[in-house]
Amino acid sequence: MKLDKSNKLKIGLTIAVMIIIAKLFVIQIVDEKYKIDASNNSMVYAIIYPPRGIIDDRNGKILVGNKIAYDLLVTPKEVEEFDTVALCRALNVDETFIRKKMDEYYRDRRKIGYQSVVMLKQMTPEQYMKFAEIAYKFPGFRGQARSIREYPYNAGGNLLGYVSEVDADFLKTHEGYAAGDYAGKTGIEATCEKYLKGEKGYNIYLRNSRNKIEGRYREGEMDKEAVPGKNITTTIDAELQHYGQELMQNKVGSLVAIEPSTGEILTLVSSPGIDVDMLADIGSHYNEILSNPYKPMFNRAVQSSYPPGSVFKLVNGLIGLQEGVFTPQTEYPCNMGYHFGQNKLGCHDHRSPIDFEESIMMSCNAYYCYVLRGILENRKYGSVAEALDVWHRYVESFGFGKKLGSDFPSELGGFIPDSKYYDKVYGEGRWKATNVISLSIGQGEIGCTPLHLANLCATIANRGYYYIPHLIRDSEEVPIDPKYTEKQYTAVDTVHFHEVIEGMYRAVNSGYGSGGTATIAAVEGLEICGKTGTAQNPRGDDNSVFICFAPKDNPRIAVAAYVENASFGARWAAPLASLLVEKYLTGEISEGRKALEQRMLEGNLLDKVKTD
Amino acid sequence: MERFKGRSLKETLDWPLIICYLILIFIGWINIYASVQSAEPSSIFDFSARSGKQFIWIVTALVLAVLILFVISPRIYESFSLPIYAATILLLVAVIFLGVEVKGSRSWFEFGPIRFQPAEISKISTSLMLATIMSQYGYRLNNLRNFILTAAVILVPMAIIVAQSETGSALVYVGFIFMLYREGLSGWLLFMAGVAILLFILTMTMSPYMAILVLITIATFCNRLYTGKLKKWMVTVLPAAIVLCFLPSGIEKLIEITGAGEDSFLSRLKLEYVIAGASICAIPFYAIRAYRERSRFGWMSIAAFIAGLILVFSVDFIFHDVLQDHQRKRIEVLLGLKDDPSGIGYNVNQSMIAIGSGGFLGKGFMKGTQTTYGFVPEQSTDFIFCTIGEEWGFLGSAAVILLFAFMIWRIISDAEHCRESFTRIYGYCVASCLFMHLFINVGMTIGIMPVIGIPLPFVSYGGSSLWAFTILLFIFIALVRHEKRYFS
Repeated sequence: MKLDKSNKLKIGLTIAVMIIIAKLFVIQIVDEKYKIDASNNSMVYAIIYPPRGIIDDRNGKILVGNKIAYDLLVTPKEVEEFDTVALCRALNVDETFIRKKMDEYYRDRRKIGYQSVVMLKQMTPEQYMKFAEIAYKFPGFRGQARSIREYPYNAGGNLLGYVSEVDADFLKTHEGYAAGDYAGKTGIEATCEKYLKGEKGYNIYLRNSRNKIEGRYREGEMDKEAVPGKNITTTIDAELQHYGQELMQNKVGSLVAIEPSTGEILTLVSSPGIDVDMLADIGSHYNEILSNPYKPMFNRAVQSSYPPGSVFKLVNGLIGLQEGVFTPQTEYPCNMGYHFGQNKLGCHDHRSPIDFEESIMMSCNAYYCYVLRGILENRKYGSVAEALDVWHRYVESFGFGKKLGSDFPSELGGFIPDSKYYDKVYGEGRWKATNVISLSIGQGEIGCTPLHLANLCATIANRGYYYIPHLIRDSEEVPIDPKYTEKQYTAVDTVHFHEVIEGMYRAVNSGYGSGGTATIAAVEGLEICGKTGTAQNPRGDDNSVFICFAPKDNPRIAVAAYVENASFGARWAAPLASLLVEKYLTGEISEGRKALEQRMLEGNLLDKVKTD
Repeated sequence: MERFKGRSLKETLDWPLIICYLILIFIGWINIYASVQSAEPSSIFDFSARSGKQFIWIVTALVLAVLILFVISPRIYESFSLPIYAATILLLVAVIFLGVEVKGSRSWFEFGPIRFQPAEISKISTSLMLATIMSQYGYRLNNLRNFILTAAVILVPMAIIVAQSETGSALVYVGFIFMLYREGLSGWLLFMAGVAILLFILTMTMSPYMAILVLITIATFCNRLYTGKLKKWMVTVLPAAIVLCFLPSGIEKLIEITGAGEDSFLSRLKLEYVIAGASICAIPFYAIRAYRERSRFGWMSIAAFIAGLILVFSVDFIFHDVLQDHQRKRIEVLLGLKDDPSGIGYNVNQSMIAIGSGGFLGKGFMKGTQTTYGFVPEQSTDFIFCTIGEEWGFLGSAAVILLFAFMIWRIISDAEHCRESFTRIYGYCVASCLFMHLFINVGMTIGIMPVIGIPLPFVSYGGSSLWAFTILLFIFIALVRHEKRYFS
C-alpha cells in the first residue's frame, strides 16, 4: 500500500478511533472507580442511627439516658405539589420557613440530587405523631427516629458534657463521621466518645431506572445493623453529686470528693456549673452560658490554679518528719507569728509553745516557718537551692505541680516552684530560706487545683499513697488505663502520717474553745479528720479552704472544698465539706446540723466575687 | 437503451453506507427512548415524548433521503452551490437578529413547534461550495488567490457562527483542514496546527518557559531533519534542552537555600523572557545560514518559530480576554487546572460514571440508572453516548464507534475512487464533518475533550441535526451512485 495522503488520513482516523476505544476500555473495564461511584448514584443508603451509650453513676443510676426524637427528612426530587399550610400546621412552623427551605433545595438541586436532606431537627414524638397521621399527603417527606440525650438527675452537668451535631471543622479532624451525626463535645461525652457513639448501620435499597425503590439490595445481605454505643459507668455518686451542687449553689468554687481506697471521684462540683437541662438543648443556651460572668463552662475543680493555704502545712510537716529536721514532739514558740530580721509572718492568737499535732490542730503559721527553714537549711545539702529541689521532689510525689493524669481532658498541672524559678526571680544564689518562707503555709508561688487538694486528702487518708483520681469505672466493655489501679507512693514513709492524722482529728474533734480550727465540721460518730486553710486572694476576701476525710480508720471518703472569697476555712469550706461527708456516710444530715445545712444551702457569696 | 440507463439500483447504491446509516438512526432512536426519564413507561411511539418525535424526524429524514437519491438530479449541486451557499450565509446572519435565544446563543429559528439551526445547513452548503470551487479546472491550492478564496469560504460561516456564540459548531469547520490536506495543503501546515495546540496546552498546564523550550526543540529538530544533520542536533540541542528542563526547579531550590526574599534578583527573574531573548539572539545565525543556502525551509522555520513565540506569549491574553467565561472553565477542567466535580466538571464526571458503570456488556436496555436519573444532563441530545455506554457496555459503545469509523473510512475510500474531483472533495468534506462531530462529541463524554455542545450525528435527538446529516450523507451517496452509473 502506497502511503499517499488519503492513506495517511485513514491512519489518522484509525489512531483517533483507537484512542477513543482505549479510553472506553479504561473507564468501562479497567477502572473500578466509576462503577463504585455509579453504585452510589443508584443505591439508596438508609442510615440507621445507633442509640448512644448510657452513662451510669456508681450505683447504677442513669445519669445520661436516651429518648426518641424525630428528624424530618425531605427528598426534594420526590416532593410533589403539597398543601403548605397543612404541613405548617402539622409541624408547627412558619410558612416562610418551609418556603425558604424549599427554595434552598431548589437552588442546590444539583448537589442534592436524589439524596434526602434534614428539614427539621429533633421533633418531639408528639409533634411527629401529628405529622405522621397526614404524612401520606406529603410524598418526599418522612421522619427518621433518632435518640437524643436525656438527664434524669440534675447532677454533673460539667462532668458529663454535651452532645451536638458535628460541624465542618469537626468533620475535617475526625474520621468516620458524616454531616448530620452527633458527637460528644465536652466532658465524659467527649472523652468516651469512641465507646458511646456506637456504629451506624444502614439498609441498602436499590433504585431502578424509573427512580422507584425496587427492593433490598441483595436481599439485605449487605445491610449493616446499627451497633448501640457502649454504656459507661462513672465513679460519680449521683445523689452525692446532686447534693454537692445544691450546697455549692450561689458560691464560686469547687467541691471534690474521692474514695481514697480506689481513687474514684465520688463528686466533682464546679460552681457555678451547667444544669443538665441546658445540656439537653445546648444550642439555644450556648450564648447564655458564654455570656455568664461566672463562666459556668470553666471547670474550676480541675482547671483553676489556687494557692492551697494552710492545708499545705500538712505536706511541709510530713517532709520535715521524713527529712528528720524535727520530731512530732518538737515544740516551737509562736509570738503572734514568726519573726525574721525586720520581718514577721503573722499568726493568730493561740497558746505557745506547741508540738506538731497541736500545730495542725491550731494551724500555727510560725511552727511551719521553723519546719521549712529546717528543711531548707538542712546541713545535708550544700545549699538552700539544693534543699529546695529536694523539697520540690517531695511535693511532686504528692501529685502537686503536675497533671495528676486523671481522665479529664483539660486538667491543669498547677505550679510548685523550684530553685531554677527563684534563681530567675532573685538571681542565682541571691535568695535565702526567708525569701521563700511563705511556701511553709501554702502561699506564695504555689498553685494547685481543688482536685490536687482532694488527692492530698486521700493520700493522707491512705497513709502515704494515692490512686490517680478518675471518673470512669473499669468494665469489660470499657477498660480503663491500668495506671488508675496502681498505688502511687509518696516519698514520705507511712509511719509519719500517724501524727498528721491525729492532728487533723484533733482540729475537728477537740470541741469548741479548745483551739481546734475546724470544730464546726465535727459530726458525732463519723471521726472526721480535717484541716482548714485560708488562702490569700488578691482580688478580694480570702478563699476558704478545707480538706477532710472520714472515718479516721479505713476512710471511705476524702473531700476538698474550695470557696472563693469566703474568708476563713472554717466559715464556709469546712461546713460544706463536712455536710458532704455526713451525707455520704450516713445518708442524711443529723438534726443538730440541720441549721448549719440550711445556712450553707442559702448562703450567697456571688457578690463577693469580682467577675471582670 | 440498456447501456444509457446505466447499471441497476442494486449495484450502484452504496449499500454498506446506507445500512450503517440505518443502524445508527435506529440505535439513536431506542437510546433516546431509554434515556428519557419518566415514572410511567410510555410507548416508543408516544408523540409527546422525545422518542415519538424522533420517530417523526426519522421518517421525514428517510423521505428526504429517497428524494435525494431518486428524484433530485445530482448534477444540480455543482451549479446551485453558490446560491445555496449565499442563502445559508444570509440565514446565518439573519438568525442573529431574528432567532430565539437558547442557552445563551442565538442560533435557532423557531416556527411554531419546529426549531432549526442554520448552522446545520451551513455544513452542507459550505461543503458543496468548497467542492465546487476546488474542482474547477486550473484550481491550485498553492495559488494564493485560490487559497484565500477557499479559506474565505470556510472562515465566513465559521466567523458568523462564532458570533452566534456557538463556538462548538464552529470548531467543526476546523475539520475541513483534513480535506484541504488531501487536496494539496502542505503537511507542515497540519503539523504546525498540531504544534500550536500543543504549545497552548503546555503554556496553560506547565509554564510559558516549558512551552518555549519545547518550541525551540521542535523547531531546531525540524530544521536539522530537513537538512539531514540530525546527529549533530542529538548531541547539542537535545541534551541542552533536557538540562534546561530542570532550570526552573533548580532556581527555586537556590532561592530556598539562599533564603532570597521576594524582591531578590532570583525571584524576580522571569525565565520565559530570558529563554525567549536568548533564542531570538540565535535567530540571525539561522537567518544567515538560510540566506547562504537559499533554503526556503530555513526561512519558513524561522517564521514559524517567531509565530510560535508570539502564540505562547499571547495564550495568556487569548485565554483571559478572547474566550468566554464558560469556555475558559471547560478548558481549565479538561486540562486538570481546576478540579470542580460539582460545577462544569460535574457533567463530565457524571457522564464518565454512567459510561464506566456499563462495564463490558452493559446493564441492558432500559436498565441504566445513571442516565435516566438525570445525573447526566442533556442525555438524549449531546450526551446520548452515555446511555449507549451504560446500557450496552463496552461492546455496544465500541460497536457504535466502529460503525462510525467504518462509515468515515468507506466515505474516504469512495471519494478516492471517484473520477470527478467534485465528488471526491465533497466526500472528504463529509468525512471531515462526521469525524469532527464523532471525536468531539464522544471525546467530551469520556473526558478527553472539553464540553462542547455538538450532537452525535444520526444518533442524538433533534430534527434539524438529523436532517442535516442525512442530506449531507445522501448527497454524497447520490453523487457516488451517479458516478458508478455512468463511469464504471
